[in-house]
Amino acid sequence: MNKKPTSPINYRLAKSRAYQVLIIIFAMAITIPLFFIIGYIFVQGVQKINWTFLTHIPKPVGESGGGIANALVGSLIIVAVAAVIAIPIGIMCGIYLSENKRSKLAYWSRLSVDILQGVPSIVIGIVVYFWIVKPAGGFSAFSGSIALAIMMLPIVVRSTEETLKLLPDSLKEAALALGIPYHRVILSVIVPCGISGILSGVILSVARIAGETAPLLFTAFGNPYLSGDIRKPMQSLPLLIFNYATSPYDDWRDLAWGASLILLLWVLLLNIFTKVITRRWKIQL
Amino acid sequence: MMESLSFNKEAIVSSPEITRKSWLQRWLLRVIPYAMNNEKSATVTKTKAKTTNRSSKQIRWENFFRNALVWIAVAMVVLMLGVFVTLCIQSIPSFKALGLKYLWGRTWDPVNEVYGAWPFLIGTLLTSFTALIISIPFSFAVAIFLGEYYPNGWLSNFLRNAVELIAAVPSVIYGFWGLFVLVPIVRKLESGIGAPPFGVGIFSASLVLAIMVIPYAASLSRELIRLVPSHLKEGAYALGATRYEVIMKVILPYTKSGLLAGVLLSLGRALGETMAVTMVIGNSSAIPSGKFFLFGPGNTMASVIANEFTEAATTTYLSALIELGLVLFLVTVVINMIGKRIISRFTNE
Amino acid sequence: MEDTIVRAQNFNAYFGTNHVVKNVNIDLPRNNAIAVMGPSGCGKTTFLRCINRMHELIAGAHVDGKMYLHQEDIYDMHPIFVRLKIGMVFQRPNPFPNLSIYDNVIAGYKLVGMKLPKAERDQKVEESLTKAALWNEVKDSLHKKGTFLSGGQQQRLCIARAIAMEPEVMLFDEPTSALDPISTASIEELFFELKKSYTLIIVTHNMQQAARVSDRTAFFYLGELVEFDDTKQMFTNPKDLRTQNYITGRFS
Repeated sequence: MNKKPTSPINYRLAKSRAYQVLIIIFAMAITIPLFFIIGYIFVQGVQKINWTFLTHIPKPVGESGGGIANALVGSLIIVAVAAVIAIPIGIMCGIYLSENKRSKLAYWSRLSVDILQGVPSIVIGIVVYFWIVKPAGGFSAFSGSIALAIMMLPIVVRSTEETLKLLPDSLKEAALALGIPYHRVILSVIVPCGISGILSGVILSVARIAGETAPLLFTAFGNPYLSGDIRKPMQSLPLLIFNYATSPYDDWRDLAWGASLILLLWVLLLNIFTKVITRRWKIQL
Repeated sequence: MMESLSFNKEAIVSSPEITRKSWLQRWLLRVIPYAMNNEKSATVTKTKAKTTNRSSKQIRWENFFRNALVWIAVAMVVLMLGVFVTLCIQSIPSFKALGLKYLWGRTWDPVNEVYGAWPFLIGTLLTSFTALIISIPFSFAVAIFLGEYYPNGWLSNFLRNAVELIAAVPSVIYGFWGLFVLVPIVRKLESGIGAPPFGVGIFSASLVLAIMVIPYAASLSRELIRLVPSHLKEGAYALGATRYEVIMKVILPYTKSGLLAGVLLSLGRALGETMAVTMVIGNSSAIPSGKFFLFGPGNTMASVIANEFTEAATTTYLSALIELGLVLFLVTVVINMIGKRIISRFTNE
Repeated sequence: MEDTIVRAQNFNAYFGTNHVVKNVNIDLPRNNAIAVMGPSGCGKTTFLRCINRMHELIAGAHVDGKMYLHQEDIYDMHPIFVRLKIGMVFQRPNPFPNLSIYDNVIAGYKLVGMKLPKAERDQKVEESLTKAALWNEVKDSLHKKGTFLSGGQQQRLCIARAIAMEPEVMLFDEPTSALDPISTASIEELFFELKKSYTLIIVTHNMQQAARVSDRTAFFYLGELVEFDDTKQMFTNPKDLRTQNYITGRFS
């Protein structure tokens, strides 16, 4: 006696096909807002960028013209200082975690790094406010760099740890068997072999903090003038965008559009750069 | 050629006659006595004077390096604890003045020194969960698309890069675009359905957030779907299942807990997001209510801190804001930890 | 009477509480190829790794007893010095993938920052590669990375790298078990040349290799040194019953 199938085959196949179409539509749909946003920023921003824009500071309200030079320089300085602080510390911590997988300290350290990664950026900003801004009596680019460095650390640590964990033990053994001291083994053999992964983590973390605003709200605070002093408040691209975009003045909003385009291009370039580096510098094990 | 490298047959340390030694042996001669504290041979006492040499320095560097590693690892723990402790200490004034009922106080009126966090808790929950609900179908669609249907090929690369790009765009830019593009659209929508046409508000913030958090659930879920062992899928196909059935009955159940972790990761991100939300949420401390509660302005814990931190003149005011920061900290940490715990259990199974 | 270069005296090695090498007493003579054989898990690799103090790298590993190089107890020295005099070649060839062949050979100097004048460097590289019977095959690609070489060539590169350190003793941990028969043969040929300049201690799982290549053989079983004798003697006239059983294939 023939048992009837639970559903006719054709129906099931049709359902499967329909589902595939649905998935494709929904998946590709995410590109719509992405291209919409990028396109809009591009269109709005490209008209505002010219040489004046890049080399002058903003004009006071009411005057047209001016530029975002203070934000460009400020972003560069704040990010550079943050990177100089966070990268060596992050890499060393990553080395420790990959070399001591089972120690108690490694467990708590890894946990701490994971927790830091999840902390909202504004919370980091207020904490650094109490650590540095309040005692020092004023906002400063340095405090902004510290806040950004704290945000960079987890990314650098994790990517270093993951990269180094993938390297085979025999590499370390070969070096040790040659009588090479431990610090040289790590710095001259292990790290160079993992350089592509470490570097991509570093660049990604820089790209991430270059666009961060919240940690700088109460630390670097912003500055309408071009300043190179890290003990004073400093402007950065995202801060400028935030302040000027929400302002009621057309001129300032124009500046914000131009700045948005520059920021977007910068972040995009860094991400592409990461991909190129990872491919080029990857050591074949 | 071999001759010049054949070493002296005498024992290295105690040999008074040094003939035809290679430079390496000479170097070792200088170094071994120092390392071994051997007083016996004549050469030892002669060369002991030259003991500030390379290898003892190397050993010192080695120890320095090992110690540095440990101290830096400790520093991470100290840093994390420092963040937590600072938040706690700065919240104490508010805790003392307002007590625990601050958290469900319904009025936020700094002018009259009345503080209640409830509007912001609601705002945070509303925006985050609405964003999640909107974004999850898309995240999962991307995950299934990349993990099952198109794991390789140019379309796959394209979408994968698009997802990464969404995560890479800075939040201010989302906020800026949201304010000038999304808000007018939402305003038209609101007039259309009869709601007060604010434009800014919880709904707009949820929309922007939804776009921003898609990558988090999508990336994690995609990885897990890709890692489903092929023998499980093949078993189902061999029984005559369609692709849809394999996905629904095999892949998704297998990755269930991992998918949950992905959702939690997205949630954690949404809860902590500040800038984009601040720019489109309307900055109001009223509790969303009424028929169109989703469409009115509001505030999240993060956005009220961003908006009012620099204006907080009194200790209690500032401390109340910090306490919000503490709550944010605890909530996001807990959610992220749960997510990570699920992931690690998944990858260790 | 031959010189003893390495001597173990009441030597024990442990992994935590696991007693892996039990009370070994052995005098290894200079300029010999000494095979160390035994069934899996008999402690031969652990014993080998104790000689250049690689054993202690594993968490929970420790030793007691004495191990002498010439007359000095190597456990009184800093491990770096021990490893400068006692080189090791591993089971799987492990040239450094980020260095060229040239740099791999002198890696022991390069990686510790020891700068040699170019002429000396070139000479050392050529000599080491010649001694490892690899010079002719790579002399035109010295500055390429070593990963394109075949398994046997990579292993000879690792041997050249160890030779460049001018050790007195060279330890080999099953050096040909990951290689094809032709590469294995070329490396076994190498041993005949190498033992003229160095003392070779070769752990091998392959009895026939031990018989072919070595002057002396040590047989380990369940952590103990059962017998240590002239190779020919051991294989034709073993003194211990366990040795006899192993050789005749009763267990492997």
